[in-house]
Parts: sequence; structure tokens; C-alpha cells
Amino acid sequence: MSTGANNERNVSEPVTTPDQRPTPSQLVTALQREHDGWFAEIVEAYGEVTAVVPREHIGAVCAALKTGADSQFNFLADLCGVDRGVEEEPRFEVNYHLFSTTRHHRIRLKVLVTEADAHVPTVTGVWRTANWHERETFDLIGIIFDGHPDLRRILLPDDWQGHALRKDFPLRGYEPYSLK
Amino acid sequence: MSSTINIPAQFEIVDRPLDTQMTISMGPQHPSTHGVLRLELVLDGELVVKATPDIGYLHTGMEKLFEYKKYQQGIVITDRMDYLNPLGNNLAYVMAVEKLLALEIPERAQTIRVLMCELQRIASHLVWLATHALDLGAMTVFFYCFREREKILNLIEAASGGRLTPSYFRIGGLMMDLPSGFERRVQQFQDGFLKAVGEFHTLLTGNTIFRKRTQGVGVISAEDAIDWGLSGPCLRGSGIDLDIRRANPYSGYEKYDFEVPTEQDCDVWARYLVRMRELKESHKIVAQALGRLRPGPVKADAPKVVLPDREAMKTHMDALIHHFLIVAEGFDVPAGEVYHPIEASKGELGVYVKSDGGPKPARVHFRGPSFVNLSALPLMSEGAMVADIVAIIGSLDIVLGEIDR
Repeated sequence: MSTGANNERNVSEPVTTPDQRPTPSQLVTALQREHDGWFAEIVEAYGEVTAVVPREHIGAVCAALKTGADSQFNFLADLCGVDRGVEEEPRFEVNYHLFSTTRHHRIRLKVLVTEADAHVPTVTGVWRTANWHERETFDLIGIIFDGHPDLRRILLPDDWQGHALRKDFPLRGYEPYSLK
Repeated sequence: MSSTINIPAQFEIVDRPLDTQMTISMGPQHPSTHGVLRLELVLDGELVVKATPDIGYLHTGMEKLFEYKKYQQGIVITDRMDYLNPLGNNLAYVMAVEKLLALEIPERAQTIRVLMCELQRIASHLVWLATHALDLGAMTVFFYCFREREKILNLIEAASGGRLTPSYFRIGGLMMDLPSGFERRVQQFQDGFLKAVGEFHTLLTGNTIFRKRTQGVGVISAEDAIDWGLSGPCLRGSGIDLDIRRANPYSGYEKYDFEVPTEQDCDVWARYLVRMRELKESHKIVAQALGRLRPGPVKADAPKVVLPDREAMKTHMDALIHHFLIVAEGFDVPAGEVYHPIEASKGELGVYVKSDGGPKPARVHFRGPSFVNLSALPLMSEGAMVADIVAIIGSLDIVLGEIDR
């Protein structure tokens, strides 16, 4: 890649000095232009970029962001589920916090799913660290990650009923739990 | 993928009428599992064929509890996650909320936060060193480490009133300013600490037994380390130069002069060396933070969020009203979501806070570094001996309070 040191007049040349590298929002906008429908919405708030991704594209978007020459989001920092409330439609969201160990920038991807069809394709094929994060999200929120190699409960016992971080799950549970 | 099982030829598993593989449960009471971790080990003699961590024994539903507490009440919950690094947890949480509130934190408060966090990092690393050495049979180190840690806990107690659960950082600044004479006491600790690090090195670094137990054990390549999301000393032990204090600076870390130690060996020994060098780097940062301390306010100028001074409360009616409202009803945080990562003693501690505009968060999620680091244990322990598992768990520096939350 050109460093752009000697061709300041050449505007078509991509300039990749540290300050002028594309920001995360520019990166997703570029991907949006390339692949229609990959991003439903791109929001920038509190200095963070959030891209809402339709769930059928999440695997492809993650792979593209991981391998892209400018994005290099090779590190999945976090993955967590959110219950937006019983009345909300779609009720659940899954947040992917991506980080680049080389570029040091961050982005959040968001997938919205309904309660009736709480399925999201797994990203364990892109980053293996997603394994435990997805198990935790399944355990506590009840989102099913299709294609996950080992989707079991992780924090709560296997015979636990319900998903503890859902808004309609009472803080103290339904009844005292005892291991059988 | 370098996770193929490397079993010497004489141990090759063959189909025998009597199956030689055995599944045993290591933990949850095993002392080397640092709390209540259970490992399901599939063994072929002394060799580990497969290790599967089983967690959740300490699950207390902390993330659920956040949703029922006001923002400022959440701080005390964070203390109880990684109980060896509570100030780091405080910092990550309050900074995430401060990001939503767009608060400007005064310079003095930032410096004190850095000072206290680095002292806490040293204390956390000392517990790691003490227990890691103890697991590998070196008991003396434990006493040397806890002697130094005691001094730090006394300092934290002097500042906050709590030894293990300080809750010293508040949304908008600090609980209160440092007590008088605090700088002198930190200096006293600083003066003796490098000698103590020398003692740790004398006890362990040149020790042949310790080297043999750690070198070449629990290897994870740089590529795998990133793929598995390792962070902190575990990632730097695999040769990746990554520290959130440098990559995404916060609290003014960009103004401090320190090195990010890395080691290329990718094994338990490398992670040991990284943490030992980090002790000295933290010592350096503490010295710089001491030099940067200038008189000034330690709370942001945000009367609706930060509790007023006691004196102002007695003389100003609006201060009294604000105090009452903050305590009784809390403060509203603008709707939105943030993810704030910090470099805790164990790696990237990220806090995701989602607000729907009220005085209580809609969702708080902690990305615990121990949780993610532990998930790579099966990869590191394939083909190891049972005794190596103890060394590997020690080198990951896990705290189950943070993993199970």
C-alpha cells in the first residue's frame, strides 16, 4: 500500500498515514456501497460507531471486517445480548464489539431479533472467542446461535428453567433453586 | 490452527479392550483452581487429552442486579467482580457512565485514578505471583508478596476506607480527596518496592524447578491468542504489543511514560516474565502520578450527578435539594449505549452500558478478561501433563468472581 508521502497531489491515491486512515464509520459506509443491504442503519453516538446488520448478513459482514485491508477487525472484544423489553419489537439485540489489534479502532455491530424467532448465525467461524460469549448470551438471554459447535448453558445449571437476564424474569427467580 | 494434540509415540492411544482413557473432575474444590472452577479432564495416563472448563459455581446474577439499582449504586457491585482489582472495575464502570453523561473529570481526579489503579494493579499481580508460585510448590514467595500487598491494601484503606471493596471512584470523580500524608505513605511503599521485586526474582526467576515447570508449557501462538480473544499479560506473553492504555488511552495515560512489556515465548514462563516486568512499569507510573498531583477539585462540576460538599449542603438550599434528589431518586442518564474498555490487571475489561433515559441502566454487561482468557484453556492444555494444568491456570491469572459474575 502506498504511504502517500510523495504524491500529495494525486487525489485518487489512498492515503494511509495514521491520522488519515479511514475511520470505522467510513469503513462501514464503503462496505455499504459495495454490498447493498449489509447495513440497515449506521449510527455514530458518544464517539462510537454502531452498525445495525440484518441477521442473515452478520457472518459475511464480520468476515469482511476482519479481513479487510483497512478495517482489520481481527479481535472480537465482546459479544452480548440485550433484552429491550417485553413490549419492544424486535425484542432482542446482540451486540458485537470489534477491535483491531493493529489499527486500534473499534466498532459495534448490532443484530436485532424477535422473540418468536430468536435465532442468529454463529460467528465462531470468524473468531473462536465467540464460543463462550455466545454460550453466555444463549444462557442468560435465550438467543439461539445457529451453527454453534457447543451451545450449552455456561453460567447457570443445565436444568435451569428460563433465561435470567430477560426483563420478565424476576430478580429473585421463581422459586429457590436446588441442584437435583 | 496449532491445536493438534502432540502426544509422544509411546503414549499414542490405541484401541485396547480396556479403555485407558479416564475422565476425572478437577475442582471445584481443588486449591489450584483459584476459587470454584471445575475442569473435566480426559486423561490418558498422566497426559491430558481434553480439558473442559465448567464455570458458573460463583454466578450471582450481578448483571441482572445492575438493572434494579441506580447508576451510583452499581459501583459497589463492580467491587465484587474481580475482587483482586476492584479499583479497575470501578474505573471501567464509572467511565462508561461518564461517557453517557459527557462529564468532564478534573485533572486531579484523573491523576488519583491512575495512581490508585496502578497500585491496585501491583496488588493484583502480587496475588497472582504468590498463588502461582504456591501452586508450583514455592511457598516462601507467598509471604514476600503478601507483605508488599498488605502495604498497598493499607494505602487503599487510607484513601477509601475499604481494603478489598473500596468503591473509591464515583461517577464524576472520586468519593473524596486523598487523606493528608498520603503521598508520603505511597512514597514509602515506592522506596521499598523495587528491592522486593528483586527478592521475587531471586526466589523464582533463577529457580531451575520453576523454570522447568513453566518453560514450554501452555503454549499459545500469537495468532491463536488473538483468535481466542486473549488480552492483557496473556496476549503480551504471546508477543503481541497491545495495551489498552496505549491503544485507546483513557484517564490521561497518554501522558505517562511507560513500556509495554512483551515476550515471544508464548508459554507460562513468558506470561510470568511479562507480569514481573509490569510490576516495575506500574511502579514507574505511580512515581509519575505522584509527581503530577496538583491541588484541585476531585469532583466534576455537575451538581445533578455529583453529591455536593457537606459544607455546601448546610449553607446552600440548592445543594441540599440536589443531594436529596441524587440519593432518593438518582439521576437520569441520557438514552444510548457505550462500551468502555480499560486495561485491567488481567486484560481488557470492557463495560457495556445501555441506558433508556432513566436513573437505572437498561443493561450492563462486563467483558471480563478472565472469562475470555479461561476459554482458551482447552487449547493451551491439550497434550500437557496433569501437573502442567496447575501451572497453566496460574499463568492465566483468573478470578472466578469476574468469570461467573
